[in-house]
Amino acid sequence: MLIKKPENIRPSEITSRDNYLNRRNFVNMTAMAGTSLALGSGCSEAGNEAKVQTSIAPKSYPGMDVNSYEDITSYNNFYEFGLDKSDPAKYSKNFNPQPWSVTIDGEAEITGTFDYEDIIGPHTIEERIYRFRCVEAWSMVVPWNGIPMGDLLKRFKPTSKAKYVAFETVYRPSEMPGQKAGVLDFPYIEGLTIEEAMHPLTLMVTGLYGTDLPNQNGAPLRLMVPWKYGFKSIKSIVRISFTEKQPRTSWSDTAPSEYGFYANVNPEVNHPRWSQARERRIGAGLFGEKVPTLMFNGYAEEVASLYSGLDLRRYY
Amino acid sequence: MTIRQKEILLKASVFIAASLPLALLLSQVFEVGSMRLGPNPVEDIQDATGIWGIRLLAVTLSITPLSWVTGPLIIRVRRMLGLFAFTYCSLHFLNYLLLDQTLNLAEIFEDILERPFITIGFAALLTMLPLAITSTNNWRRKLGRRWNTLHKLMYLICILGCWHFYWQVKKDLTEPLIYCAIIGLLLTARIIRKRSQNAKAAARKIATETTDSRSTSEC
Repeated sequence: MLIKKPENIRPSEITSRDNYLNRRNFVNMTAMAGTSLALGSGCSEAGNEAKVQTSIAPKSYPGMDVNSYEDITSYNNFYEFGLDKSDPAKYSKNFNPQPWSVTIDGEAEITGTFDYEDIIGPHTIEERIYRFRCVEAWSMVVPWNGIPMGDLLKRFKPTSKAKYVAFETVYRPSEMPGQKAGVLDFPYIEGLTIEEAMHPLTLMVTGLYGTDLPNQNGAPLRLMVPWKYGFKSIKSIVRISFTEKQPRTSWSDTAPSEYGFYANVNPEVNHPRWSQARERRIGAGLFGEKVPTLMFNGYAEEVASLYSGLDLRRYY
Repeated sequence: MTIRQKEILLKASVFIAASLPLALLLSQVFEVGSMRLGPNPVEDIQDATGIWGIRLLAVTLSITPLSWVTGPLIIRVRRMLGLFAFTYCSLHFLNYLLLDQTLNLAEIFEDILERPFITIGFAALLTMLPLAITSTNNWRRKLGRRWNTLHKLMYLICILGCWHFYWQVKKDLTEPLIYCAIIGLLLTARIIRKRSQNAKAAARKIATETTDSRSTSEC
């Protein structure tokens, strides 16, 4: 079905704060019940009839306590807008996520530049409540909206040479003040093996909490690979390339001894400077104890088979 | 204004200024008015106490060079500033111990032993301890000249503090490098002054010796 996206309407303009909070409870309840639902208030007010499918909560993770919209949108690592966690929310207001287009190139039968509508249109937007684990040893639980990346990628008919998928963030220094600072080599680049990209858990995210993706969270399109450290889930994607060789990635380019290509969440392989054994849950407050980090961020049952035979200590 | 009044005024203003960051932090912790910590409050406390710890170390270190220009009165606030630096650094450590690691001793020992930036931070705090203890007038009298030697450890503490900051940063080294530069400058200033003083002293010695030898030869 075609999903009409409200253009240039910010979630805050169409939904009251109360509705956000109600929606949160709503999402919480449905997540627990595991039933499918059609989104109410906020989206229909804007004429958006997005159908949301069953939430997928990983079975292996106990006590999925979804973070508040406020936490998710005010505590971000998005160096394109600054280095502090509060910078992306502060400095992303002038960023224009619409109109948007994505270039598909490399080892695929169908390539070219496609509008946002063409990319997302043919798919049904789903809600997925995923754990999010940052390499800095903090974590959140986020109700994303998006489409399975595999379904999207298959439409472009990758060839047998397509062993990897590379992603690139938009480069717009005029709207992204952090890109002028040159802390990383911009544009930000990331990559996955084709198997990882096609895995049913891998998502092309279009929103969160049933609203459009806020700029600070990577509007309008971002990747979400819930079993990998957060920096793999590249934001504001403008290019997807099917490649034969393993693509370079921003963080492993800058600090290869600290950040690898795979970056799977792994409590047994520490960051050279800090432990990855436990994580701080955002939203747990001043007295919240750190909780143990789970192998593959709790998605081992679903994804461990992708890495059978791979030395995870070497390929971190 | 008498010297005594000036001293009291100076001490009171420095006390208030150095307490402000703590007051602000406490207002955020106890949510006074609209003041709040962010979504990761433990990290906020860790960052605020850490940055003010290193700032106050740098300020303390700047007092002696400043006194060469302003005169000796400001030396009177040096001890207070040093103790404030120690307070912020201790809170930094206590926050790590109690709120961050929730007294998980296994993790704490592993951190201190295996993570160089934590090892160095811990070493800096341990080094501050004897200085804080011997900061009283009593101790100063008791230790005499040795007190001065002991308190030269401040230079080491500042270097360790910078190192700890530098190693902890994920990517952007600008801020730690600024503190490294400031502290480096303050230490270099001392070395230069010491050298020129030594040179002067040597010159004086030569001068007196020549006069001595001259006077002997005249005899």
